[in-house]
Amino acid sequence: MTTLIPITPEIVAEHGLSPDEYARIQELLKRDPNLVELGIFSAMWSEHCSYKSSRPHLKTLPTEGPRVIQGPGENAGVVDIGDGLAAVFKIESHNHPSFIEPYQGAATGVGGIMRDIFTMGARPIASLNSLRFGAPEHEKTCYLLNGVVKGIADYGNCMGVPTVGGDIYFDACYNGNILVNAFCLGLAKADRIFLGSASGVGNALLYVGSKTGRDGIHGASMASAEFDDATEEKRPTVQVGDPFTEKLLLEACLEIMKKDWVVGVQDMGAAGLSSSSFEMAERAGMGMELDLDAVPRREEGMNAYELMLSESQERMLFVVAKGHEPEALDIFRKWDLDVAVIGRVTDDGIFRAKESGVEVVNLPIETVVTGALKCDRPTQKPAYLAEVGTLDLASREVPADCGGALKQLLASPTIASKQFVYEQYDHMVRLNTLVLPGSDAAVLRVPETNKALALSVDCNPRYGYLDPYRGAQIAVAEACRNVVCAGAEPIGVTNCLNFGNPENPEIMWQFQEAVRGLGDLCRFLDIPVVSGNVSLYNETKGEAIYPTPTIAVVGLMEDRSLHCTQGFKQAGQVIGLLGSTLEELGGSEYQKLFWNECRGQPPQLDSQVEFDVHRLCLDLIRQRLILSAHDCSEGGLAVALVESCITGPKALGAAIELNGDPRADALLFGESQSRIVISFAEEALHGIESRAKKAGVPFAVLGLTGGQEFQVKINRKEFINENILTLEDIWKNSLSRYGNRVA
Amino acid sequence: MKCGIVVFPGSNCDHDCYHILKHILQLDTHWIWHKDEALNSFDFIVLPGGFSYGDYLRPGAIARFSPIMKSVIAYANQGGRVLGICNGFQILVESGLLPGVLMDNAGQRFICKDLTLRVENNDTPFTALCEPGTVLKIPINHGQGRYFTDDDTLKRLQDNGQIVFRYCDTEGNTSDEANPNGSLDHIAGVVNATKNVMGMMPHPERCADPLWPNVDGQMIFKSLIESSLAHS
Repeated sequence: MTTLIPITPEIVAEHGLSPDEYARIQELLKRDPNLVELGIFSAMWSEHCSYKSSRPHLKTLPTEGPRVIQGPGENAGVVDIGDGLAAVFKIESHNHPSFIEPYQGAATGVGGIMRDIFTMGARPIASLNSLRFGAPEHEKTCYLLNGVVKGIADYGNCMGVPTVGGDIYFDACYNGNILVNAFCLGLAKADRIFLGSASGVGNALLYVGSKTGRDGIHGASMASAEFDDATEEKRPTVQVGDPFTEKLLLEACLEIMKKDWVVGVQDMGAAGLSSSSFEMAERAGMGMELDLDAVPRREEGMNAYELMLSESQERMLFVVAKGHEPEALDIFRKWDLDVAVIGRVTDDGIFRAKESGVEVVNLPIETVVTGALKCDRPTQKPAYLAEVGTLDLASREVPADCGGALKQLLASPTIASKQFVYEQYDHMVRLNTLVLPGSDAAVLRVPETNKALALSVDCNPRYGYLDPYRGAQIAVAEACRNVVCAGAEPIGVTNCLNFGNPENPEIMWQFQEAVRGLGDLCRFLDIPVVSGNVSLYNETKGEAIYPTPTIAVVGLMEDRSLHCTQGFKQAGQVIGLLGSTLEELGGSEYQKLFWNECRGQPPQLDSQVEFDVHRLCLDLIRQRLILSAHDCSEGGLAVALVESCITGPKALGAAIELNGDPRADALLFGESQSRIVISFAEEALHGIESRAKKAGVPFAVLGLTGGQEFQVKINRKEFINENILTLEDIWKNSLSRYGNRVA
Repeated sequence: MKCGIVVFPGSNCDHDCYHILKHILQLDTHWIWHKDEALNSFDFIVLPGGFSYGDYLRPGAIARFSPIMKSVIAYANQGGRVLGICNGFQILVESGLLPGVLMDNAGQRFICKDLTLRVENNDTPFTALCEPGTVLKIPINHGQGRYFTDDDTLKRLQDNGQIVFRYCDTEGNTSDEANPNGSLDHIAGVVNATKNVMGMMPHPERCADPLWPNVDGQMIFKSLIESSLAHS
């Protein structure tokens, strides 16, 4: 019997609990816990479930606004989009499992975030993924890329939810810890949002979905520790996904949620049955009684410890009003799902579970959910910042062949087209995708309205390494800018904060600074943060990833016909630039590629300038003055211009003239923020000029579309002259050549 | 005109087909649940795309045993019109209503993208409104779409005009480059010998709503409607 094993300091340590934490458990319970109870504490007090390191900082984020229906703390955030509808969205990490087992890790990451969305009563309508891999030349990178992409594809495609966009970066800082951040957006009726709350004494707890197996036991604890040489041995802690069951679960849940006797529901994600039951009871201030013998299971002989801590996928816990159990069972059985009544809501705040009639768990719910030791982790500005903070450009030469440099940048897997990846994803199903992957933001129509939603996810980790505060701000700015370039107004942010080991004060400082940057810019732009997730311990043998505060933004456009894309539409149109270019090469892809370094200061970000550029761009799109809009990001202005040249209806050349003081490589490849490349018919020039002037935004005409050559002159001297079809081939095919290579 | 869409567990293009038939083409459109055994009278039925039974074992291999399939086979054998799209095509092949098999794509990867097909035979209820040689732009979305049969069957398909669509470039020329999945003889869609059952890997329902510029997919549904009117 698992309850009779005496708890030794070794067992406590194996559960990832410190002696202080164990002492606190003894103090709170006024007795020793048994092994099942210790397992529950271990999972619930893990960083992954308790947010013990991050919570004090997250509290500072702006989470309110007139559109916000549900902020952080539930399965997903909910934002009102009018017409009685709400957008429900969240981004979540599945980093640790995806490194250990890329296919299943990524697949179950997608499955988990979709459950978070339909748990709220929303039908998922689109997914994004933000992926970070190690250096392209690292021996595991190609294998991990292919495994992760196939995992996302197989799960999302089977679910019938289109994967419409995302972003992918490669950097050696992820060699030992890749990042898989999955985002999902759903639509729900604004007055039919379901929460994870177990109210009403005597109401039934319904277990529904897959049977419980022995997979993923202690996944939450695994995700709350660094990796070491034994990491490969952790493969059994990774769950195995079954998208077919999840598809049935989705349809069954949306069907049952039309009934007015569904009280609450929560996904069994990290820490499985433990977290779902404890958290639901805690939110309602109630207790719970479970009969573990009723839990559907895959194999005989599973004990209470395993049943409470398994992270088998595709399972949900429903609370259904007493007396409606038969109707609920009928609906789930219609969809061929395993379903069982496994307990009742009680009123005494105690969680009790029985196994073969014997009580094996008896824990005060509030203690478990909120009792984790508050961690006021010390912070310290990292020592490396003084060393990498400077960049002496005078000692670094401008390349003699800027055309060749451009080609190398276009071939970089971080910059090259992600077509190889998104063609493996069904990005069209459900007939909502107005702008397919490959533009700044994906655009989805909102069925039965004239509206559309634009989505983007972003984060440049090198900026975060050089300055976590500004790195987080730029991630927000860029994700918003992408959505703005599509013609939408940003209405909500969700974030996935990926960092190293928080027990290291320097990592904690990075975290604190990034959260401060995120909060400051969101407050300035007046966009609420409605959901999020924190992934710490992304570290292997003391090597932490760069700070990666991944930001996803949802934007709304009232009139979907006013959506805009990044590609130049036809020859003879004028190309212009909103914003100004400074001499900034710190943290750029160009710097990494040519000087093999990441140092200096990241690009500046002026919140007011960023805001003004957004306003102006939206105004120009709504006035139908411009025909394309494209954010300048990695690879700078030259790369942005080439991308606009080759992502329109057909590849077009361009003749560009740049003027200014910054050195040529900074003008071409520097990553100054708050810049948007636009194109327009000549007649619109006057209108654009006057609106830019009124908005106080720098605006310059750069040249004309047309021809077969991509030509750039700087201060009247030619720096680049390349055939556009050659550039197109490099940009479009580099990543597939990489992904298809035989190792 | 009355049509039905079969919903298997794991079908996921069922809503898209319903939207096109019901809201765009204004047909009297009905759901058909896979556990039903009886089939009402329909002018035609559609087996939609998706991952019936998770594509476990092999796409279509489990769905063919669904209770409804007995009635679908009987309906087809009596001359009823059946259109199988993507996973629907795979189910038709597995159930024996169409010849051949659909194997893993030659590139071993799932592919979702727009491409072009050439109409090889317009003497079918599914292509009656197309000129022979018409090039249609219709997206594919599959991991197992590589059509294959033995030589004798291929010859029979060729001789009887049962090859309805071939993958081609935008000019209408077939080539290995224009063939996305390695299909034998560039085949994208076939009909049975009596030409009342068609399977195709591309998704016409994904390009039939005028909200998007491309509505080539309507040609297939409108052909089906037109010929069903003539038929009844």
